[in-house]
Amino acid sequence: MSRFNRQGGGILKAPSKMTDTNLLTTITVCVFLIMYLGAIIFLGEGFLKPQAFFNILNANAALIILSCGMSLVMITGGIDISVGGVTALVAMSCAVFLDEKGGSVPVAILIAIGIGLAFGIVQGYLVAYLEIQPFIVTLAGMFFARGMTTIVHTDPFNVSNPDFVALKDSRIVIPFLGSTNRKGIFVPAKVELGVVVALLVAALLFFALKWTKTGRNFYAVGGNRQSALMLGVNVKRTTFLSHVICGLLAGVGGFVYFMHVGSGSPQHASGAEMNAIASSIIGGTMLTGGVGNIIGTVFGVLALALIQNIVSSVGLDDAWWTGITVAGMLCIFLVVQSIIIARRKKRDLSAANKKPGSKEKAAAS
Amino acid sequence: MPSNALKPPKTSKIPNIFRNQIFIPIAALLILAVFNLIADPTFFRITLDQNSNGDPVLNGYIITVIDYGSELAILALGMTLVTAASGGQDISVGAGIAIAGSVLLRVLCGADSRSAELQAPIIVGFLASCLVAMIFGAFNGSLVAFFKIQPMVATLILFTAGRSIAAWINHNELPIVSDETFSYFGNYIPGIPVPTPFFIAVACFIIMWALLKFTTLGLYVQSVGINEKTSRLNGLNPELIKLLTYVILGVCVAIAGFIKVSRLSTINYSVIAKDIEMDAILAVALGGNALSGGKFSMGSSILGAYVIQFLTTTLYKFDVKSDALPAYKAVVVILLVIMSAPAVREKLSRLAKKLHPAKAAAENS
Repeated sequence: MSRFNRQGGGILKAPSKMTDTNLLTTITVCVFLIMYLGAIIFLGEGFLKPQAFFNILNANAALIILSCGMSLVMITGGIDISVGGVTALVAMSCAVFLDEKGGSVPVAILIAIGIGLAFGIVQGYLVAYLEIQPFIVTLAGMFFARGMTTIVHTDPFNVSNPDFVALKDSRIVIPFLGSTNRKGIFVPAKVELGVVVALLVAALLFFALKWTKTGRNFYAVGGNRQSALMLGVNVKRTTFLSHVICGLLAGVGGFVYFMHVGSGSPQHASGAEMNAIASSIIGGTMLTGGVGNIIGTVFGVLALALIQNIVSSVGLDDAWWTGITVAGMLCIFLVVQSIIIARRKKRDLSAANKKPGSKEKAAAS
Repeated sequence: MPSNALKPPKTSKIPNIFRNQIFIPIAALLILAVFNLIADPTFFRITLDQNSNGDPVLNGYIITVIDYGSELAILALGMTLVTAASGGQDISVGAGIAIAGSVLLRVLCGADSRSAELQAPIIVGFLASCLVAMIFGAFNGSLVAFFKIQPMVATLILFTAGRSIAAWINHNELPIVSDETFSYFGNYIPGIPVPTPFFIAVACFIIMWALLKFTTLGLYVQSVGINEKTSRLNGLNPELIKLLTYVILGVCVAIAGFIKVSRLSTINYSVIAKDIEMDAILAVALGGNALSGGKFSMGSSILGAYVIQFLTTTLYKFDVKSDALPAYKAVVVILLVIMSAPAVREKLSRLAKKLHPAKAAAENS
């Protein structure tokens, strides 16, 4: 990582160049802002209302949580494609528990977290300690979760548990942000509880990754397993931990998703894992590991949601346009990323060749 | 298996069979066969019946396996090459089948989705779909080869957009081919009791076998998969070879799409070949091929594909709902993967040595 590329001997200087992580994050944030500005200018006032922004947040709170977990696993160099299936399973289990078994909301939350943790621990153990490819393990996890969802309950249904409906309909009102409607009455902006959870998770994970020892270990393991091992990092435990946290977040995200939709269905969150991976990539996380940023991931989710909103408000409302635009955006970001990384590598290499003393640097980046 | 290289060569024949790659799918097949034999021997009964047109057809679960396993085996051919060369998997084959099928129907039916007769010969339609599938394969391949994007992420683009593109090609209509000869390819040719897809699959196997036997393709693919840099130093062009494997997979996708569409004479964009990418990857994994690239065994992959289909058919026979199917499949897959994990195998062989110390000593000396 270029963050650790120090010029000369042992003198620790602040990195003068922008790191890969920060560069990719900056691109994402800029693209998001430009798109939002473009939407405001060309598509009119609708996007200027704070509620329009909060609606994007409301609809994507669960995806933010899932993407955060996904980013963590991807930073460590793995992948977890079971999150969508776990989300559906959590939603369905909670729905059945609340509606048919007459359970209480706190226990439902515990169930959600428990399911997520169970998936995380089993998958993490298989990946980290039995050294099976993460893709295969989590693929089986996805299959299992999707199948279990149908076994728990076959048909989609709405939950009518009064406690849960109250929780689902509760909104946090932001009094100083809002807009005046046609009648001239000021309507304050509202956000769902899930958004608060999502932002809390993102902030926690951001701080943990940035400033705790465990957090830095994730980057070390993803960047170079061998070096991390030699530095005394417990590689297996770190990999295990990343999967456990991802599973836990899939459970939490599943409950937030459940709070948003208020129903259980085997078709829920289909393709959520792909959206989460896409958001992480757009947010600047590299699948090779070692590069990534939670802030970028959050903006990746928002950018993905925003472009879908723009596409539908331009009038290309047919279902297939959403898929094509998301894929097009993913494609552009991937190509741009790969070009940037390739050019930086070349520049680092030529810089290293000029100074014979810093050959390790080229090898490290 | 990577761990094999570390072990000293054994002189006796029996351990060699256990160490051979094809052992895993054969063992899985045997376990499934024995399970079926115990649970219900009628699984293996094959009867000669007459279908609705009065033609003789073979009936039975085994015939179903051979019939429906064909597309999977054809896909496994291409997937094995892609896995070996690029160390990653193509997850867009299901979407690719939707696109290829859509193009095929578009050419055959022309502008009118309910036309009474074919607008073009079947072979023209097939070649057109082949061409389109190859172009999409080349798109995936160039992202992987030239932009150095991880295969799973590069194909994620088409995975997201593929079914949308397929719907867009036919303006979201579902054309129906009323011509009878078209349905021969997915069902039965009158007078021949064996399903046609099986013959198509065998033809593909022979072509692939000839390709590997009489050209250097197999060798080059393995060498690129094992070490890209050394292959380049030896005068190979790794980018071109990777691209080539993706184009070959494109042809396989077109053939599989042709069979799939021919079965029903129509297409459903969101359902056709759903989850087949997962099955194809599992077939490759079950065949004992390293998913991180390198050496491969085509025969094991083909067998793996039929084992997967065998498993699916077995589960269907026991009245497992098609939605719940993945859960059982996942358990089987996880068990298989755990059994073949290097860490577990090492422990097992150590255990075996403890149980038969004399034999182990004789083998080591």
